[in-house]
Order: sequence, then structure tokens, then C-alpha cells
Amino acid sequence: MSAPGGFLDYGPDAIIMAGLTGSNWRLADYVARGGYSALRKILTERIPPTTVIGEVKRSALRGRGGAGFPTGLKWSFMPQQYQGDKYLVCNSDEGEPGTFKDRDILRYNPHVLIEGMAIAAYAMGCGRGYNYIHGEIWETYERAEEAVAEAYAAGFLGTDILGSGFSFLLHNHHGYGAYICGEETALLESLEGKKGQPRFKPPFPASFGLYGKPTTINNTETFAAVPWIINHGGEAFLNLGRPNNGGTKLFSVSGDVARPGNFEVPLGTPFATLLDMAGGMRDGRKLKACIPGGSSMPVLPGDVMMQTDMDYDSIAKAGSMLGSGAVIVMNDTRCMVKSLLRLSYFYYEESCGQCTPCREGTGWLWRVVDRIEHGQGRADDIDLLLSVSDNIAGRTICALGDAAALPVKSFIRHFRDEFQHHIDHRQCLVPAYI
Amino acid sequence: MTMLSPEALKKIDREVAKYPPGHRQSAVMSALAIAQDEKGWLAPETMDFVARYLGMPPVAVYEVATFYAMYNLAPTGRHKVTVCTNLPCALQGATRAAAQLKERLGIGFGETTPDGAITLREGECMGACGDAPVLLVDNKRMCSSMTPDRLDALVDELKAVGGADGK
Amino acid sequence: MLNLEIDGKAVQVAPGSTVMDAAQQLGIHVPHFCYHKKLSIAANCRMCLVQVEKAPKPLPACATPAAEGMKAWTHSELAVTAQKAVMEFLLVNHPLDCPICDQGGECQLQDLAVGYGPSASRYREAKRVVSHKSLGPLVSAEEMARCIQCTRCVRFGQEIAGAMELGMIGRGEHSEIVAFGGRSVDSELSGNMIDICPVGALTSKPFSYAARTWELSRRKSVSPHDALGSNLVVQVKNDRVMRVLPLENEAVNECWISDKDRFSYEALNGPERLTAPMIRQGGQWIAVDWQTALDFTAHALKDVTARHGGAALGTLVSPHATLEEMTLAARLTRALGSDNVDFRLRQADFRGDGQGEGIPWLGLPIADINDQDRVLVIGSFLRKDHPLIAQRLRQAAKKGAQVSMLHAVADDWLLPLAHSWITVPSLLPAALAGIVVAAARLAGAAVPAALAGVEPSERAQAIAASLASGQRKAILLGNLAEQHAEASQLLALAQALAGITGARFGCLSEAANSVGGHVAGALPQSGGLDARAMLENPRRAYLVLHAEPAFDCANPVAARAALDAAEFVAVLSPFRHGADYASVLLPVAPFTETAGSFVNCEGRAQRFNGVVKPLGETRPAWKLLRVLGSLLGLPGFDFATIDEVRASLPIQEAAIAGRLGNGTRVAITAPAAGAQGVERVADVPIHFADALVRRAPSLQQTADAAAPCARMNAATLQKLGVVAGADVRIRQGRGEAVLAAAVDAAVPDGAVRISAAHPSTSALEGLSGPIEITGA
Ligand SMILES: Cc1cc2nc3c(=O)[nH]c(=O)nc-3n(C[C@H](O)[C@H](O)[C@H](O)COP(=O)(O)O)c2cc1C
Ligand code: SF4
Ligand code: FES
Repeated sequence: MSAPGGFLDYGPDAIIMAGLTGSNWRLADYVARGGYSALRKILTERIPPTTVIGEVKRSALRGRGGAGFPTGLKWSFMPQQYQGDKYLVCNSDEGEPGTFKDRDILRYNPHVLIEGMAIAAYAMGCGRGYNYIHGEIWETYERAEEAVAEAYAAGFLGTDILGSGFSFLLHNHHGYGAYICGEETALLESLEGKKGQPRFKPPFPASFGLYGKPTTINNTETFAAVPWIINHGGEAFLNLGRPNNGGTKLFSVSGDVARPGNFEVPLGTPFATLLDMAGGMRDGRKLKACIPGGSSMPVLPGDVMMQTDMDYDSIAKAGSMLGSGAVIVMNDTRCMVKSLLRLSYFYYEESCGQCTPCREGTGWLWRVVDRIEHGQGRADDIDLLLSVSDNIAGRTICALGDAAALPVKSFIRHFRDEFQHHIDHRQCLVPAYI
Repeated sequence: MTMLSPEALKKIDREVAKYPPGHRQSAVMSALAIAQDEKGWLAPETMDFVARYLGMPPVAVYEVATFYAMYNLAPTGRHKVTVCTNLPCALQGATRAAAQLKERLGIGFGETTPDGAITLREGECMGACGDAPVLLVDNKRMCSSMTPDRLDALVDELKAVGGADGK
Repeated sequence: MLNLEIDGKAVQVAPGSTVMDAAQQLGIHVPHFCYHKKLSIAANCRMCLVQVEKAPKPLPACATPAAEGMKAWTHSELAVTAQKAVMEFLLVNHPLDCPICDQGGECQLQDLAVGYGPSASRYREAKRVVSHKSLGPLVSAEEMARCIQCTRCVRFGQEIAGAMELGMIGRGEHSEIVAFGGRSVDSELSGNMIDICPVGALTSKPFSYAARTWELSRRKSVSPHDALGSNLVVQVKNDRVMRVLPLENEAVNECWISDKDRFSYEALNGPERLTAPMIRQGGQWIAVDWQTALDFTAHALKDVTARHGGAALGTLVSPHATLEEMTLAARLTRALGSDNVDFRLRQADFRGDGQGEGIPWLGLPIADINDQDRVLVIGSFLRKDHPLIAQRLRQAAKKGAQVSMLHAVADDWLLPLAHSWITVPSLLPAALAGIVVAAARLAGAAVPAALAGVEPSERAQAIAASLASGQRKAILLGNLAEQHAEASQLLALAQALAGITGARFGCLSEAANSVGGHVAGALPQSGGLDARAMLENPRRAYLVLHAEPAFDCANPVAARAALDAAEFVAVLSPFRHGADYASVLLPVAPFTETAGSFVNCEGRAQRFNGVVKPLGETRPAWKLLRVLGSLLGLPGFDFATIDEVRASLPIQEAAIAGRLGNGTRVAITAPAAGAQGVERVADVPIHFADALVRRAPSLQQTADAAAPCARMNAATLQKLGVVAGADVRIRQGRGEAVLAAAVDAAVPDGAVRISAAHPSTSALEGLSGPIEITGA
């Protein structure tokens, strides 16, 4: 649990967040916890980059940023023989509603990220790296700046790291209020000093990334898992979780729970356990619905959730996605139309505006949900919402279009009655929503 | 004609140095943030200056300044308070917090108190949902777990600090 | 090559091609808005979504790489459903009032929307409001709610025009196209944004609501302005030119035209047109019928030449006159016993005459410019004098070409330069000589004897090294070089440099028919006087065809003096001018009212026909010259059609290519030291350059048409003791002018940039040379 300044308890199985007090974030503390030993080992033993990548592959580490792409595989896409600059980018632009885990890594354990990035840079031959930090967490950005400065001073970053001949220049870059920059190619555009508008893929960043050079982008938590994997072996990491779902995962639990916060648990942990860790439902209310992977993922009814384990494959089987691991919990007083309205407004507000279906469609969705919520719904509005969602999903440059469509479709799929009630009776089905 | 103080320029130079040679433009976001810290908002002359300083077309700077929500394209009150009202926060009291602020300040989102002290904004997810209600003061100071009492105390503080001379 | 199948048809494309390319190769139309073959791929409109085998989602044809064995369907149900959905989204915020839109009838959105059948919009909310913008006198942005955010205009600015003047600000639904701070769009290529805007957001301001597209007939023509010879579509209604658009010709103008090509038509319908022949009688101008005017002219010509000999006649022809007009003007002059005919009105150095191997020209096909990998441009106001050649060099630079500049002012060509060397005009030959010597040393070639004493500077060595590498190279001389007092030396040095480095070399060429003037023989051939000599040694009579000597001659003061003193001056022009020195004003047709041809800088003869009837009593000049010739009883004027004139050209069109050649026998001499004091750099601003643009009101409101200042750098200002903003008195030769001084860091020490071809500067003598500046 992350009460400001207090004792941090991310759960008994935490590896990335183990032993953190909130004030032991400095380099000396990290080194005292055994930090930078993985990097040191690789550099002093001159472990070949391909071996490092092989270890990450064995760990079955999947990207923690949302898509769950196998990290080792992604790293192997980087052209090893490429002559010229290659870049490594960390995506700390955490802005997916419900997600607040990367901030804790950055402010309470920044060096684990730096070490993870240095190892990744070594494995892929990247000379420069950037950590793109969400603009709203300015104090965390400042801490990340301090941590990077410490790492340079201690020789864990810079030229000829630990006398190995390997050089890696890492810098922090802050956003300034644009959710879309979490999308990796928008992030690259933003790093180049432009509007954060996603690029059409292909080409993928591994061949045409930052400044047109080969680039790998991973989430903060993805990099943060790497030192442990190197120290304990990929096999051990895999064994923490489930096949194809290696390791632990930080879940940000928010909404109608007693103790919202981050919990690092092995993948495959039952949702019920996670809910318990978060203190259970606030005020003993009944669980009505849960979005298990951040606002862009389909909502699931509470009873389905209670049967589901928290790993990529199980949640997919249940009809949603693990996404960024943001678990938004809603109790039985919540109006699903009103909840969707707020999400739809978010996507409307955050669409970058370049591609037609998203630019025009997100506003349309929001306006229709808005009129349903406000008792102005029309008989065919539910079908209209579904049709407009279908017309956005899969037809946009980036996945924000899908992210806007999926909540609409899933809210209607599971809670159609509530929408219908709003339209028919011009009022809410839920007696007393807050 | 220097539009920004030497200290600001030094800060911008430090940001420029983070990027490979030939990529000064990469520093535009931080340059605009630094300029805004100094000037309070991004007037066209300020953006023009940043454009020249970084060797960018002015309209490209303008694109950036209007794309990212934390830049002020018009003067604000002495303080800008941005409340996240997104779903996770709303479930944890942000709606109530926003209502309290509106009532206490007597203004709606996007408005400034008559005494010029506070501009109130609605924000999107700040990546701090666990600490809801959260709000951001002047882009840089995050206030977490804002109970009614803490909100009142914050408003008192902001109304007092800075006084007539602004920040 | 990759083999794929589109709509069941097999096609082969080069690697790197897209599905769109493959479809276009098959002649299959995939609907699109943001895609434009000359612009980078944005894939933002999503209109071109097609079905691709094995892809679960429809993919944008414009951005999807073609792959071996790929199968795509552009009109399958999946594709069409997706396209229809995109169309519905596009119309969500788009006004549906086509009947009152200026783009109505030529709107890609309207066309496609109609094609997808009328479907009542399911969107019933209020539409977005977007404020109109002011982008200057040429591009109208009054209807920005119609913008579909395809960003073609933004990309055009960045990629083709070379300057990002428009951007898309805001995000999401609030995105809009703006210029920073309400500034105008000043690119000399700005009008192309109107063409590429697929909807009615950016439209032509001068054409605003002047006509509906279906009322216009379209006629092909050729630009009468710069030496590129852009192909045009001239649109006409009721015998009036309403609009000019590009006619695509990949080898010449691609799909672009410059703003002067596009908007100069306004002059055609303007109040300054001369619509009836006029004779001066007792200080009064009176309109007369053609018979009277021609009799008067023929009589006067016969009389002067009879009394003073043929050489008393001088003929000044504008390089914007047609091939046929030039031919006949030269023929008439010669038949009257004079060899004093010239079209090279702004040239100062004629020492190369008789030394050349052929007709000076670009030295390579225009289209080859894009493929050069080393280019040195010498003495050129490139972007304004040759907007579309600058654009081609921009594309070459994007592909990695090293473009270097040797010039008298640090103009921004809006393209990355490998090297730029700016020096006062009088030192340009020395600079070029340095490059020649450096190149010779690098190549181990012999240094021209006269340059033995030249020690190349670092910059000379850098430019030479650049030219020494690479495969396809060109050395191009611009207008300043051609008009230079040492033009023949610059050409000889360029020739030497080209020889050493294996480059091609040539002249960018000033005007629509600068190459054609040689073809027509409109220059002295048997000892006659050239344009400069004709004015410095005043003639008794002058024939002035299309030219305005006060603006078009290298030395407008000498020109005015000579014309003022002449007994007889016949001015043949579409416009009323020369009233103070002419004896007779004969209204001749501008390019839209006569058939003719121009030979462009690459030697391409391009014919055109009149697109409207001559205005008032105006006559095509070729007909008028024919009648004059007949009245005078001269041989060679008995033809009835323009084709017969063409058949009598001294060099037939097909033979032009074989006669082109920039080689010169002028011997290289040791370069002179620079001039003492300050010297003038004179550009001929793009919208002052010829009689047509000077009278086009909208062009005259552009930034490019700002009144000339005396521009110099801060050091020169200080040395002369004048301050920016204050008026200064400028003396050049006999002439004097008062202009505001302006600070301009692009001008080198010791030089002052003062534009020519403007009333405020036409009292100054010469486009270069020493000037005196004092506080006014
Ligand atoms: C709209 C949108 C927002 C995203 N936001 C984030 C984010 O805040 N943080 C993040 O790590 N990934 C985010 N992603 C996913 C990234 O594009 C990318 O997949 C990820 O950073 C890759 O890292 P990983 O492989 O380590 O997960 C977002 C994607 C989309 C489409
Ligand atoms: S889907 Fe939305 S956010 Fe993504 S590129 Fe398109 S407009 Fe931008
Ligand atoms: S033409 Fe392909 S997306 Fe616009």
C-alpha cells in the first residue's frame, strides 16, 4: 500500500518493489539491496548480448505497458549489426485511467529502472536512451532526474560504464499533458519535439524509430523486471507466474475498494486475492463491475471477475485484457451509463485528431452517451453506439480508436439494461449513484 | 531581444544537451514549460522566441503548445488548479472534490476567481488514481487524497500565497 | 519486383511500393483524401481502406507496403463498408451545403460522397464551428469548417515549398489549420495548397465565387513567366480568363505552378490594358484605327531608316515575347537594314557573343535535377527566380544531394545547403576561380594559366571537394550571374569547373523565352548592336516589343534617355505604358490571346493557342508584324497562319536540341580584385519581373511585392553612418533614389541590396556596380 511517506507494502511476493520504505530510493540504498549487481555481472563477465536476450526470452516476460508483447522477442527485432545510432526508450507516460504503478517505481525505486534500461541497452547495442515521463507527475520527474544524475556520478551510466567500454547515455524527458503520448510512436514523435501523433506502422520502431533510427520501447515496469531476471535467471522469473505469463505484475487497484493502491503479485493470482489485498470492497458494498486492465479494456461483470485469475491468458478468456494492470472496481451503486460517459469523454478529449474515425467518432460516441445519460436518449441510440464503435475499431492509425470503442461495446454488452432504462425512462436504473 | 531570463535559457540549454546534435527541437516541450514557468503563459511572442531559439518554424511550436494540455495559451490566475475527474478518481471522491472547489471558489471549470487567484481546470488521468482525489497545482505540485478539510486548507493557502504581486 | 494481385488482377511493382501504387498502376481508383503522390504518406484520412488477404482489419492502401504474393481487394464488401464508414465520419463535422461552397463541383469529398450514395446522416448533433483565417491575398481560408484535417497543405509547406507556414494546432476534434499568429502564407508556391486541398477549405482568393467550375471551359497554355515553361490550364468564361491551374507535366512543372503563373491572369482583365492603337499628336494621345496606326508606323520606320540608314533602328524585345513574335521582330528589323535587335535586356556583359558553341541553356533536362547528387548554384535568387527548380533541388537535397551556393546574398532557398559562400558581386569571379583551382588540384588537372596566382580559400576547397565526389553533378548559373558585369568570365569559369569535375553546366535562364530568343535569332548576328549598346549609343528609332525599358533593362536610366531622345518609338504591348516617349502605342495580345510558342530552359519548345479573343482592338503581335512587313513591302511576311510563321523559324523546333550548347571560347582571365566602397546587389523581385505580374493586383499585395529598401548588414549600416528605417539617398551613375534603409544580415559587408524593376529604383543605373549612400 502506498500511503504517502509511510511503510510501503506491495505484497509478500513483490520482487521489483520489495523492501521499499518510500525513502530508500537513492543509489546507495539500491546498491545496499543488491542493486546494479546484474549490470555489473553482465559487463564484467562480458556476457554476450544474445545471451541476455535469451534469458529475457526464457523468462516469458511480457510487456507491462498494455499490449503484453513478449519482451525478449521484441528485443531480438533490433538489428544487431546495424552501424549507427540505436535508441532505447522507456515509456513512463502512464496516463491510462486507473494506472499508477510506474510512478511508484520511478519515485520509490528509480534505480531498478535505470539498471534495467542499461542492461537492455547493452543487449540491443543502444547508445542513448530516454525515459519519457508523464507530465503530471512532475515531482517524480524531478526525482528521476536526481536518480539519473546519481547513476552517472557512480559510473552506471555514461561512457565506458564500469570500465567495460560500453556506453549508455540516459536522459529523462517529460510529457506535458497528452495521454496519446503513451502510444509508443506518438511518444517518439513527442520526443522529437512534435505533436504526439502516432505513426502508421509499418515501419515499426525497431527499424524506424526515434529520429528514424532503430529503437526499442518498453514500459517502465518491463525494464524494472529485468535486473531480477538477470540475477535469478529467466527460468526463476517464469516460475513465479504461469507458463506464458512469467513473473510478478504490479496491479493498480482503484475505485470502490477500501485501500486503493499498487500490489505486486505473481501473475495468475486470483482476482479475489487481489481484492482482499486492497482491503476488499469499500463499505462492504457489492462488486458490480470491474475493468481489469485499464480504462481501454472491456469491463467485466463482478461475478465473472471473481472467477478470474490475474494473468494475460485468464483475463483474455474471461473476455477482457490484462492491459496495463489497472483494476478499476465499481460497486452496485454505480451507474454504468455515467461511468461510460466519463470514459467516453476521456477518449474524445485525448484523441490526437489525425485520423478520421477516431477524431470524429470519439466525439460522436461521447455525445450519444451524454444524451442517454441526460435523459435525451433515442430508441436507436444503443445500436448507433455499437455501430459507431464498430466503425472506429480496427480502422485507425493507433489503438486509441479501439480503446475508445471497447469500453462502449463492453458496457453495452454487459449492462445493456441500464442503457435501455435510461432511454426508456429518462432516468437512472441505479437508485442512488454517487 | 531576449525574451527569457538567462536562468531560463540556461535551463533550456541543459535540456537541449540531452539530445543528439541536430535535434534541438526535441527540447521544445521543456523549453515551453520553462518559458511558461517564467511568464505564466505562452504568449505568441514567447512561442516565437522559443521557435527561433530552437530553430523551428513558429507554427510547429504553436502546434506543440496547443497539443499538450498543460500549456497555458492565455493568462491564468496566479495559481492553476487542475482536478482529475476521470472514472477511477470519480469513484474515489473526485466528483465531490470538484464540486467543493467550484462552490468554494464560485467558479466553474475553465474559469478564474474574480480576485485572480485561482484558475480551475478539469484534468484527465494524472497517473495517480490510487491517491484520489488528486489535483495538480501549477502543473508541478500534486496534492493527493484531498479530503474536504485538506481542500479548504489548500484553497486558503493558494489565496494567501503570492498576494497581489502574483508568483 | 514484387508480384501481387489487386481485385484479382496481377501486377508487378518495385520494392518499396504501396498497395495504392499497385492499384494505380492497374488503373484501379482507390478513394483517398490525404494521399498525394508528391507528399509524404500520412494515412490519416482512412478513406483508402482496402481488404488485404490474411489481415483481419481493413488496411490503408496508401501506407500498406506491397508484398510478394499479396492479394488485396479495393471494392470488396469489407473494403466498401470501411470506406463508407469513413465517409460518414468525414461528414459528421463537414457542412453539407455544397451548393454554396466555392469548391462545389470540384470537391473530392462531394464527388466521393455522391458516389457512396445519399445516406441521411445519423449524426444529429451540432457541427463543429471553426473560425475563418486570414492567410494573405492569395489563399482564402474563409471556410475552415470544411477542412477534413488531411494535412496535405501542411505537408505541402514542409516538403514542397520548404517552409512550414501552416500547421494543425490543437488536438482531436479541435484540431485546426492555422498560420502562426495570423501571419500570411508567403511562399511563392502557396497557390498549390488550393489545388491539393481536397475540399473547399483553402480556395483561391482572387477567384472567390467568381464562377462555378462547370461554367468554365478549360484550355491548355504555357506560362509566360520564368524559363521553366510551366504547363497551364487556363479556365475561361465569357471570353474572360477566370482562373489558371497547373496542367500536369512530370517533365516540366510536375503538378505545381508558382503563384505568378497562377495569379498573373488578373492583369489580363485589368484597367491598364491598352485596347486601341494610339498615336501621339501634338503631345496628345489619340485613339486611332489600325489602318492609321500601321500606316503611321510603317511610314515612320521607312522614313527614319531612309534618312539615317538601317542602323538607326533598334529593336528591343522582351524575353517574354513568343518565338514567333521574336522571329518576326528580328526579321522586320533586318529587312529594314538593321542588325540591332536583342532580347537580353538585363544583360550587361556581351563579350561572350560570337564565342559560344550554341544556344545557352540549362545544360541538362529539367527532370534530371531531382537526381543530381552534387549541385553548385552560382549567383541566383533561386527560390524567387526559379521557384519550381528550387523545389526540384529541394527534393534532390532530401535524397541526399549536396547543394552548394555561391552568391551575393545569403538568400534562404529553404533547402539544406552543403556549403554556402556569400561575397559581393564583384568578387564572385574570384571566388569561382578559387573553386576552379581547388578542383583542379584535387583532380590533378591543369590549373588554367590565368589562375596561376589564385590561392583557394577553405570554402573554395570545401565546395570543390563536394563537387569532386558524387556521380551526377550540375553547375548552374543564375540570373545574377547572367546579368553580372563579368558574366562571360563566370561562364568560362563554370565551364572549366565542369570540365574538371565532370559536371554538366548551364544557365537557369531568366525568362519564358530566353532560350527561344536565340532560336528566333532575336540578337545581333552580323555586327549589330546588343541591348546595351543600342541604349548607350542611342538610335533614332526604336521598336519595343512587350518590354518596358524602365523596368526590364539592365540600365533603365540609359534606356529612358535613349528612348526620350529618339525621333520615333513604337511600343507594342498589351498594356498602356511608354506614353512619355512613345510615338505610337500598338495593343498586342498577351499570351492568352494569341497563338505562340516558348522555348524553356531545357530547350523544349512548347506551343500554345489563344484561349480568349483579343481584348478590344488588340491584335496578336505576329499578325501585326506581318501587316507591318507587308506595308513596308519587305520580303518574308507573306503568310497567313501561325504555322506558316513556325515553318519559317530560323531553327525548326526539332532542331533546337542539336543547337543547344553552353561551351564558350572566352579565355579565362585573372580575376580582378573587388570594387572599392559599397556595391549594389540587385534582384528582380518575383512579382516585379514582367509586365503581367506587375499589374496583377493580388500578387502586388504579397510580401514578395513589398517596396524595395536599401538592405544591408549592420556593419555596413554603421560604416555608412545610416540607421535602419531612415531614408537614405542612393547614387548610382547618373541616377539617384531615396529609399528606406533596412538591416539584412543576409547581405555581405560592402554590399547593398536594392531590388530592380520597381518605380522607386528605376532611376538607378545598372543592376550592379558601385553606389554611394548618404543620409537623405
Ligand atoms: C492509446 C495508447 C496509450 C498507451 N499508453 C501507454 C502507457 O501509458 N504506458 C505504456 O507503457 N504503454 C502504453 N501504451 C502501449 C505502448 O504503445 C507500447 O505498447 C508499450 O509501451 C510497449 O512496452 P511494453 O512492451 O513493455 O509493454 C499505450 C498504447 C496506446 C495505444
Ligand atoms: S486512433 Fe486517434 S489517437 Fe490514434 S492516431 Fe488516430 S486520431 Fe490519433
Ligand atoms: S489516403 Fe490513405 S489514409 Fe488517407
